[in-house]
Amino acid sequence: MTVTPDLDNRFRDAAARLGLLDAAYDVVESPLGDLLVAATDRGLLRISYDADPNLELERLARLAGPRVLRAPRAVDPVRRELDEYFDRRRDAFDLALDLRGLTPFSARVLGELARVPYGRTATYGELAARAGRPGAARAVGTVMNRNPIPIVLPCHRIVGAGGALVGYGGGLARKELLLRLEGALLA
Amino acid sequence: MSTIPPFETFYAEQRAIVLAVLRKRLGGDRADDAFQETFLRALAAYGRLRNAENLRGWVLTIAERVAIDTRRRTRPTTEVPELAHEDARPPYEELGELTDDLPATERAAVVLRYGYDLTYDQIAAALGSNATAARQAASAGVRRLRARSEP
Repeated sequence: MTVTPDLDNRFRDAAARLGLLDAAYDVVESPLGDLLVAATDRGLLRISYDADPNLELERLARLAGPRVLRAPRAVDPVRRELDEYFDRRRDAFDLALDLRGLTPFSARVLGELARVPYGRTATYGELAARAGRPGAARAVGTVMNRNPIPIVLPCHRIVGAGGALVGYGGGLARKELLLRLEGALLA
Repeated sequence: MSTIPPFETFYAEQRAIVLAVLRKRLGGDRADDAFQETFLRALAAYGRLRNAENLRGWVLTIAERVAIDTRRRTRPTTEVPELAHEDARPPYEELGELTDDLPATERAAVVLRYGYDLTYDQIAAALGSNATAARQAASAGVRRLRARSEP
């Protein structure tokens, strides 16, 4: 018996509206490819590149709880802001973030990362110093690599000491594209 | 004991059979509403589930409850057409008809125990009661069925 899209969507909407979900997610199209975006009642929980849905759902369930459901309407605000960002109509995100599951160090580093402005870059070492751990550039690199909310938490703005892009959890091509979009690299 | 899958996975695996069962029990429009209600109830209880064995039985139990509630609440505007009999019907369907006029809790307990082969703990979870009460309801239902079938 096939469940019609209408019936299916009605259930997904109702589930999100009634606050019954531990995490809602949807796949959002972007110039960087499909992004799997997940949110909770606390805020944006995750943005994943190249997500294998099954693995990602397991991960979300471990993080937030088993009631994980695709519910497009629940991530509409995130979708809207991402669309505006990629259209160059937005240079800062106005979204609550759910940063559960992070170590205090990661949380502090990501907090500092959020302050690096649009179109600018900082080095791993600078970010380490701002988070109160000068010399911990390598540890900061690890935090960037595991950034649960790339794009919105702009780890693409963190570069090597000589200005080299160095690395990016979503691949260097994406980092370059984001920095060009923001005008931080010459087109 | 297996881990509880993300709800999306569970929903994707069970939605077709749940809708099929509800269509048979209730017919078209009422089945759509009951479908939504079934999965909302499942969602509400999902965080408290402790093991993933027989999730199908579990959700069909909930569907059964919703169907009973729906039938009690509403009268069909047109009779649901009698579906052609199949040779091998699943036990829960036969039990569903056999137990149609039992009190709701007894009926749910009997169908869940003997139709879906759930444990009393699982039945208790589905009915929001405890294992002892679930066992008593099932026995009472069976006694009532026996009494009825005696000449």
